[in-house]
Amino acid sequence: MTGFIIRRLLVTVITVLGAMILLFVILQLIPGDFASVVLGPRATPDIIESFRIKMGLDQPIYVQLFNFIFNAIQGDLGQDVLSHLPVRILILQVLPHTIVLALTSIVVAALLGIPLGAYAAAFKGSWVDRVLGVISISAITIPSFLAGLLALLIFSVYLQWFPAMGAGQSGNIADQIYHLVLPASALALGWVGYLARIMRASMLDEMTEDYVRTARSKGLKESVVVFKHALRGALIPVIAVIGVGFGNLLGGAVLIEIIFHRPGLGYLIYTAIRTRNYPIVQGGLIIAVILYSLANLLADLSYGSIDPRVRSE
Amino acid sequence: MRRIIKKLLAEPLAIAGVVIIIFILLVAIFAPFIATHDPQSTFPANRLQPPSRDNWMGTDNLGRDTYSRVVFGTRIALLVSLLAISFATLLGLTFGIISGFAGGKIDSAFLIFFDIIKSFPALLLAITIIAITGPSLPMLIIIIGITRFPAYSRLVRAQTLRVKGHDYILAAKALGVSVPRIMIKHLLPNVLGPVFIQAAMDIPIVITFEAGLSFLGLGVPPPTPSWGSILRTGYSFLRIAPYMVIFGGAVLMLTTLGFTLMGETLRDFLDPKLRKVV
Repeated sequence: MTGFIIRRLLVTVITVLGAMILLFVILQLIPGDFASVVLGPRATPDIIESFRIKMGLDQPIYVQLFNFIFNAIQGDLGQDVLSHLPVRILILQVLPHTIVLALTSIVVAALLGIPLGAYAAAFKGSWVDRVLGVISISAITIPSFLAGLLALLIFSVYLQWFPAMGAGQSGNIADQIYHLVLPASALALGWVGYLARIMRASMLDEMTEDYVRTARSKGLKESVVVFKHALRGALIPVIAVIGVGFGNLLGGAVLIEIIFHRPGLGYLIYTAIRTRNYPIVQGGLIIAVILYSLANLLADLSYGSIDPRVRSE
Repeated sequence: MRRIIKKLLAEPLAIAGVVIIIFILLVAIFAPFIATHDPQSTFPANRLQPPSRDNWMGTDNLGRDTYSRVVFGTRIALLVSLLAISFATLLGLTFGIISGFAGGKIDSAFLIFFDIIKSFPALLLAITIIAITGPSLPMLIIIIGITRFPAYSRLVRAQTLRVKGHDYILAAKALGVSVPRIMIKHLLPNVLGPVFIQAAMDIPIVITFEAGLSFLGLGVPPPTPSWGSILRTGYSFLRIAPYMVIFGGAVLMLTTLGFTLMGETLRDFLDPKLRKVV
């Protein structure tokens, strides 16, 4: 197991470093001079020159790349062009909102999806199973940003039950939860269906196992066999999927944050792109890559600790 | 192929999916005959109107007919998904076969390369590159293709590893057949099946992705009608003219539903373990 952990950690580190290099290359694609693009047409040559020196743009490209990676490893993600604040601070201000949104969504999806899937498996072939099957596939096919738009239209514009914008007053937990309901539900919807399907398949698989047959032959009640014995075994692959899901939701949160004008990593990067504030784009993407890779790493490790076959791959 | 068609026709949900897809395809092909207006003609006097006899789905902020824009948007959705997936498939086949066939360090390097691309949240990567290069149809296709190709590469690599130990490949090697010829003549036909299935399953994902980018104003440039841009305008006028979001969203949902229902059945050919999930 230790070998597996070290191997996976190494791959994650290499991947993140590779992603940083790729990101550096992508930002070199910006047409024209980086400093002129960032500072806009009104910047004088003197301002542009001092900006170039400050940002290290006067250095050879390989030195820039080395500095970029070296600084990022030390937690220095550069400076916001407009406010001159460190990008790290700006990201730390909004990151909790994104993590809370993604975590809430995955918890909601698990709390709804797992029981639905288990229930469908327990009544396999019945009309309950069919209806749940149609519901889960419908949930999967609704893109989260469309779910967000429709939720906004129905619950904010028409019914006025929930607020349309923002993340709530800071310090006021109740208000923040109130602001979280619509975005988290919209983001969770697809995953409810997905987890329900994975859970159902996993349960059906588990119900053919010997230990379930033994439990049945002992004369245990069917509900005990299904919901106590089979359920536990069936949860293993679902937990691994949830880990990957958290990473995906971090990415999926971008559109939801934009629709609900919620502060967050995605919203920060998007607004930075629109204002050509590339240091924020760069820093934000690095953090997004690290979070995404870490979520995948944790999912792999948890799966590896449960299923020995994964470790040998 | 016959096996796949037979299976599709045996599942009621798959039939529903195929019917929806045929409907969407017909709408795309016959768009000029089905649309009631020119999707790009503006009528400022007729802006933000609710559905009426003349404008079945209402009008947008420039007075353009939403129904006609939704109809023509079908073409963009299908065109982008077809071209982007073709591009992803091409990249996936090239890298996957080389990676699987070469093995060793080259294979490891390719695997890390695939992981690096995958480590970026796809949408954020796409909006960054498009914001830098400027939105255009070719750029959209290239970016979506790049964000999707690692999945194809991994699939093709796995298939290549499975096939490359077979006797006929070993025989071809022993006979001195060149490596590119082995790859194209012997490996390629044997890895294509799963790739096509993966491509079919990818269509709803790519359609949604394109709609998301167009929603952000980073998809197909205006005034070309696309579902994402209809939703974008609808979002701006959600309080006074919700029809764009309702109708644009309904068509997007219907299309992804059709392709997902078909894809679910095709998935059985890739992963029999998930059989009968729905």
